[in-house]
Amino acid sequence: MSAALPTPAQTVGPFLSLGLAWPDGPCVVDPDAPGAVRIGGRLLDGRRDPVGDGLIETWQADPDGRFPQPGDPPPKPGAFRHFGRCLTGPDGAWEIVTLKPAPLPAPGRATEAPHLDVSVFARGLLHRVVTRIYFADEEAANAADPVLRSLPDDAARATLLATPVAGGAYRLDIHLQGPDETVFFVL
Amino acid sequence: MTPAEPPSPHPPYDWPDYGSTRWRAPHRPLVVLPENLTEVSGPLLGAERVGERDHDLTRQHTGEPLGQRIIVHGRVLDGDSRPVSDTLVEVWQANAAGRYHHPGDERPTAPLDPNFSGAGRTLTDADGRYRFVTVKPGAYPWKNHHNAWRPAHIHFSVFGRAFSQRLVTQMYFPDDPLFPNDPILGSVPEPARPRLIARFDLEATEPEWALAFRWDIVLRGGRAMPFEPPAP
Repeated sequence: MSAALPTPAQTVGPFLSLGLAWPDGPCVVDPDAPGAVRIGGRLLDGRRDPVGDGLIETWQADPDGRFPQPGDPPPKPGAFRHFGRCLTGPDGAWEIVTLKPAPLPAPGRATEAPHLDVSVFARGLLHRVVTRIYFADEEAANAADPVLRSLPDDAARATLLATPVAGGAYRLDIHLQGPDETVFFVL
Repeated sequence: MTPAEPPSPHPPYDWPDYGSTRWRAPHRPLVVLPENLTEVSGPLLGAERVGERDHDLTRQHTGEPLGQRIIVHGRVLDGDSRPVSDTLVEVWQANAAGRYHHPGDERPTAPLDPNFSGAGRTLTDADGRYRFVTVKPGAYPWKNHHNAWRPAHIHFSVFGRAFSQRLVTQMYFPDDPLFPNDPILGSVPEPARPRLIARFDLEATEPEWALAFRWDIVLRGGRAMPFEPPAP
């Protein structure tokens, strides 16, 4: 097979909700399912103003550390879907409902702490930005996580840690820019 | 000898000519994310997401939308030119007058079309092919700079097989005179810009019914050896 040159990215623009809104997008699992947790926060710009025309997408393992395999049937409505999608509100707020993922094996006999991969899309982002959500109450697992360990310091790591709040939910603001800028990754 | 990593085809985040990047572009260096289990896997979003008329943007209302009817088709491929089958493709666009059916597009100077919502979705077939029927979107003015106009374009969102392949982009039409003044297309490294421009496809045109444009989408990856977890 001959190599093909990859298609460049372009911004979603301000009217992304026209094509990318899913009524069930934020529900990675049925909110009434046992173990369902809410993870949410705000998407903020470099002035700490809310980004009200953004989209957060999440991708993660299930609580047993599994991912769908090619050829698997698509998930049934309400069943765990691994994938979440939430448009931000006028206040920059987003929230998904999901199950906490398991730790995952990584090369070199390392173990990745429970995490979600995240894509952020918005007007003004010419290409998605990629980050991760970890859980602040997984201290031992986080301390051994090779990706977190690759970051320069605790302040950088803290930008990826969702904090437990009342009601079994987690909260994490995503800062596109500024002194609290979230760690973003390149793939 | 291992070939050098090709330069990224993607725009930089920091692109002052596009004003909205000013407070949204990250400034800190990006950290390399290894491609482990989460990155090499991706969602299976199947036919349950796609309605019967979702691929035909001209048949979603009681009447036909105004404008030039067109077929937009092509293939979704990986970096080894292999088809990416059964992957969800989502599109959205302005109507023929250059107006989006969106509450944020309030310009009174371009009319809405009651027969055009401007959103569609489909799954690629076994050969990675997709096909939409729509109307050619109009160019539209925006406030980025004096007398700024976006060239006609259709927004595309594609999943691929892995988180690392997720792509949202825009497809343009050939020979648009607005290209040289568009900072969004212009943000793409010059050698890669032609990859965003569809070609007129006479073969796929349907006589006395619709013109056709062909545009292939190439997702990254294909050659990399994904990480396999150790056997239990």
